Amino acid sequence: MKSLISFFEKIGYSITSRIKRLGTATRLFFLILISSGESFKRFHLTMKEIYFTGVMSLVIIIVSAFFVGMVLGLQGYYTLQKYGSSEAIGVLVALALVRELGPVVTALLFAGRAGTAITAEIGLMKATEQLSAMEMMAVNPVGRIIAPRFWAGVIAMPILASIFSMVGILGGYVVAVIVIGVDEGAFWSQMQANVDFRYDIVNGVIKSLVFGVACTTIALFEGFDAPPTAEGVSRATTRTVVTSSLVILGLDFILTSFMLGG
Amino acid sequence: MSDNLINIENLTFGYGKELLHKGINMQFQKGKVSAIMGGSGSGKTTILKLIGGQIKPNSGSVSIDGQVVHDQNLSGIYQLRRKMGMLFQHGALFTDLSVYENVAFPMREHTDLPENIIKDLVLMKLNAVGLRGSYKLMPTELSGGMARRVALARAIALDPDIIMYDEPFAGLDPISMAVICDLIRTLNDALGATSIIVTHDVAETFSFADYIYFVADGVVAAEGSPKQLMASKLPFVKQFIHSEKDGPVPFHVAAPSYNSDLAL
Repeated sequence: MKSLISFFEKIGYSITSRIKRLGTATRLFFLILISSGESFKRFHLTMKEIYFTGVMSLVIIIVSAFFVGMVLGLQGYYTLQKYGSSEAIGVLVALALVRELGPVVTALLFAGRAGTAITAEIGLMKATEQLSAMEMMAVNPVGRIIAPRFWAGVIAMPILASIFSMVGILGGYVVAVIVIGVDEGAFWSQMQANVDFRYDIVNGVIKSLVFGVACTTIALFEGFDAPPTAEGVSRATTRTVVTSSLVILGLDFILTSFMLGG
Repeated sequence: MSDNLINIENLTFGYGKELLHKGINMQFQKGKVSAIMGGSGSGKTTILKLIGGQIKPNSGSVSIDGQVVHDQNLSGIYQLRRKMGMLFQHGALFTDLSVYENVAFPMREHTDLPENIIKDLVLMKLNAVGLRGSYKLMPTELSGGMARRVALARAIALDPDIIMYDEPFAGLDPISMAVICDLIRTLNDALGATSIIVTHDVAETFSFADYIYFVADGVVAAEGSPKQLMASKLPFVKQFIHSEKDGPVPFHVAAPSYNSDLAL
């Protein structure tokens, strides 16, 4: 009986602590929005963070996009060939990238590269009392440290996703047109005719914006909430990747169902 | 009018149900260097956090220049903190900024001074701590003593009325320790500030502090000038000053009997 009670206690504790963390994260999110004035008044603070989260992520984004595009080109060609519509490879690659793979894979890579860096940086700043020092200097750390990183992530994500889609299409072009020999005119014209700006591209940008808000908020919250120890920071960094990945995939399903439904 | 800049009255504070402070009374006089001493875990640093408004007391009050710290809203607390400078135990320098930018940080955040004035002020502050020649270095390139001196230059960047030092001597070699001691006294007198040092280094603190509080078991166990405390017959003060292994602060932490633990 005792062990049964303890079992339910553990479940209850786990649920309440998760709800508490969700509440704290939501509170931090609104605090960021309230304290965002500095991020725009002193835009160089945000620009510096855009460089660290965006520009420094370019290599991994471009290389991954190129390979993803090439794989899409290969797989798509061999499937479409069976139905005699190999010219549609351009549309397939473009739609897959612009609608889904661009925003989703970019967000997953962003969580792994920039998200972990943000969590570790904020966590270590907390562990080494840099955030306390800032508070004691009458400087709000949420406005000075957290908000510029948040807006940098939100601005960088759609740009990175767009670059991912463009480079991915180039990868598909290299495999389909240059290597396999699909007609170049058909590749581009089918893409131009079937990719809708509002329905496909804008929806993709909306997705990446939402992923940007989610990923950056998670990374910042995990760093800000991390116990100020080496182990605490390491666990927080791991949680950033796991939580961000699950949230991105979950949100992708929800957003896609709304977008297709609309 | 009282000469006390900071008043702590009947202060109680605890994390959870356990009380760390059980009715502390302290007064810090304007222009003086006061020290708070006591064993590890006695809540010395917590007193600095209470003065800085980073945490709220359970009861009692902390007031600065007549203003009760925990009655202020966030902007009121930030106004009070503009009068304070704090040196953290390991410096807490911003690792992504150079020495120069670390010292310039409070000036850039709180003033609209032109860059040439900021440059002059930063170099003057760094000169005061003897590190003008190191302004280009990054915090990772500094030794522990140098990092603390830079942090001290940053703490006095806006000429605060109150300077708080959290364990300023921890982990320093004897030369750096002597330098920091000298700086605390010199800067306090030059700026006309009020300094509060949290430490457990007896020899250094007794050499330059004006007034000392000993904290033990959540209360002020003893207080007075270094001379008065040196002559104190209180067992706790004697044990602390003479670094005695056993006394009112026991060597062994409370535990079940030795025999029962070893199953004898």
